[in-house]
Amino acid sequence: MTRIAQPRPDVPLRSAPPRRRRSGFARWAGDTGWRHLVAVVVLVFALIPILYVVSAAFNPNGTLSTTSLLPSSFGLDSFERLFSEPNVPFWRWFGNSLVIAVPAAFISILISSLAAYAFSRFRFAGRRPMLLFLLLIQMFPAFLAVIALYLIFGSIGDFYPMAGLNSKLGLMLVYMGGALGVSTWLMKGFFDTIPKELDEAATIDGASHAQIFFGMILPLAAPIIAISGILAFVGTMNDFILASLFLTDREEMTLAVGLKTLVADNSPASYFGVFAAGTLITSVLTVTVFMSLQRYIVSGLTGGAVKG
Amino acid sequence: MLDQRSRAAGSHTTAGLIVKITVLAVVAALAAWAALPLVEARAWWGLALEAAVVAIVFYTYLQRRTIPLKYLVPGTLLLIAFQILPVVMTIGTSFTNYGDGHRVDKEQAIEAIVAAGVQPTPGGTTYLLAVGESSDGELALLLTDTADGSVWVGTEEGLDELDDASTDEAGRVTAADGYEVWDLAELNERQAEVAELAVPTGPESGIRVQGLSAFEGASTRSYDDACDCITDESTGTVWYADDEAGAFTTEDGEAALVGWRVGIGFENYLQVLTDPEIRGPFFGVFAWNLAFAAGSVLFTFAIGLGTAMALNRPGMRGTKLYRAIMILPYAMPSFAMLLVWAQMFNRDYGLINEMLGLGVDWYGETWAARAMVLIANTWLGFPYMFLISLGALQALPADSLEAARIDGATGVTAFRTITLPLLLVALTPLLISSFAFNFNNFNAIELLSGGNPFNAGETVGGTDLLITYAFRQAFGSSSSDYGFASAVSVFIFLIVATISAVMFRATRAQEDVYS
Repeated sequence: MTRIAQPRPDVPLRSAPPRRRRSGFARWAGDTGWRHLVAVVVLVFALIPILYVVSAAFNPNGTLSTTSLLPSSFGLDSFERLFSEPNVPFWRWFGNSLVIAVPAAFISILISSLAAYAFSRFRFAGRRPMLLFLLLIQMFPAFLAVIALYLIFGSIGDFYPMAGLNSKLGLMLVYMGGALGVSTWLMKGFFDTIPKELDEAATIDGASHAQIFFGMILPLAAPIIAISGILAFVGTMNDFILASLFLTDREEMTLAVGLKTLVADNSPASYFGVFAAGTLITSVLTVTVFMSLQRYIVSGLTGGAVKG
Repeated sequence: MLDQRSRAAGSHTTAGLIVKITVLAVVAALAAWAALPLVEARAWWGLALEAAVVAIVFYTYLQRRTIPLKYLVPGTLLLIAFQILPVVMTIGTSFTNYGDGHRVDKEQAIEAIVAAGVQPTPGGTTYLLAVGESSDGELALLLTDTADGSVWVGTEEGLDELDDASTDEAGRVTAADGYEVWDLAELNERQAEVAELAVPTGPESGIRVQGLSAFEGASTRSYDDACDCITDESTGTVWYADDEAGAFTTEDGEAALVGWRVGIGFENYLQVLTDPEIRGPFFGVFAWNLAFAAGSVLFTFAIGLGTAMALNRPGMRGTKLYRAIMILPYAMPSFAMLLVWAQMFNRDYGLINEMLGLGVDWYGETWAARAMVLIANTWLGFPYMFLISLGALQALPADSLEAARIDGATGVTAFRTITLPLLLVALTPLLISSFAFNFNNFNAIELLSGGNPFNAGETVGGTDLLITYAFRQAFGSSSSDYGFASAVSVFIFLIVATISAVMFRATRAQEDVYS
């Protein structure tokens, strides 16, 4: 983090040497003007789909054909339908997604931070093979193992119905396992950048390894914990395949599965507005999470230099 | 003395000791609770497994020598249960013929074939019929007893009482937990599949379908242990068990519809490599899959890096605002935004054609569809590349840049010879994992194009990735072939792992990462 916070104001300023005398505007254009131009072009690209969702959500008609980039009329009809139609239990879906994603992210982050600490601070037999293996297992297309997961959770459900198929707990367990490899790598990368001298100093002061981890490493690693948490949370919120296989009841669906049904081929055309309204509300949640942790994101992603 | 002992155990403080005791107590309580259903079901293997796990946990946290173990055990257990075990089971499945027609074991297959020969007996039970499909594609008869109105679900495996089903006035099932109930149109279309379904209810009796109802009766077929064959008395047909193919076949080589699961060795793998109907598309799909993954990384990285370089200018106004908006595509829920993009590319009403005044059929033409998925995927991915490029740019060693400037390198030269190589050292691992991620980017294809466009008679679409193709093989509407799909997954895994390993080696990024 400290690396990034260092401003080096003299470098880019001097990198535009006054070769010739230029008018004020030309100099501004060559120096910062083009930067604004690039930024604005990319901004337009970034914003078009988002504007479109907003426009669709507030379009009283709710159909695709009447929606354009800038709304021609304004109405809250789609939101009303989203909240009132019995066929669209939006808040149930929203709740389901949170109930699954928040604990899954929290627990998997806790467990991977433990593993990352061991990989970063201890040297033991099998360390390198285990790290490689973690990287490798990540590349197995996880949801192509759905057949196996289906069989496993079918038999778990025989003994513990609360964690079998069609249960949120079962799905949560799968997500917990799924986020493990990525977060462990991210966090190990970051832990490596925390100087070992700190550990040594703490050990001399009489701290145990648990005290060093919980009292020193974890607080210092706040950026990476934030970013791994976001990635695990958002990854879970966005998962479609496992959720659609695990949770089949309309009431039990997650947001991804539920909202998808609204734009399925056999859904009425006017559901597009309802879908956009649901998307918008979901976005408010995810965007808030991102923005509130924004200052950690840049340092977290690059510090852990593995995968996102 | 006491102090020393607790220090060695890692619990330096009383608080730490209390936490440790509490956690272990909770584990013990959970274990006792979890053991009850296992004991009740006499599932001794399950109980042994549970005992082993509990023993490992207790040993780990009560021993004092191997400290790393204390940090590794929770993750390892979770990883084994929900990542390694599924992968191992998938590899196992890839060596079997598991799929439609080969779902059950041999005994159940015999029962099902016998039940298929059921003829109505006078006074036997009759049922109103509805057909349900479970989420893994298995068909089930949803039956309403015409005599007492009780509701049942029947599969190849047998008959079970159905709870929580809703019925219409006639008593026919209209919705049931865990099943998608077919409407009349679908029932008509897939009549043939349903007609073959039979539910065994006893050694020589079963339930069969007749139009929109079903009846229970006695079978004209019987199984004979001595010849390992099934004989139909009314037609004289004899099916002999073929234990290698997992099916009962007549002497003419005609197989009965229900077979059982057997290991078939490398047959699924050979099928991928040799069957012309599969091999042709496989290599075509593979080439596009590579292009899609490489293109996604290239475009997102180009835009992300370009923007990051533009905004990496201390003192420039508005950078904070730019950055906040630039992250938005990353922060929006990606599944929903993929669906939005899919609507934006609608030929008749979509925003893209409307804004650009085009009439492109984005779903109908292969290259238009490919451009579409790349555009949308670039939109989703560039903010991530922007963020990591920005971070890496700001972390570049100032002295290298300084030295380059003193040597007279400016502009493009400085970027090409100093900045980019330095950036790539830091970012290569991220780029490689981005490639691996996009190589298997199921959501992008499934939610955007669904693999479209499909040429007449072809099973592979123009934008299909290997993974969407495999998924359709496994869970497609026509027939499910889990064994084959598992083999394709293993192939995909080998391909991605090989490519990543080669790239890691080539860039020597490994040295950095393991330090």
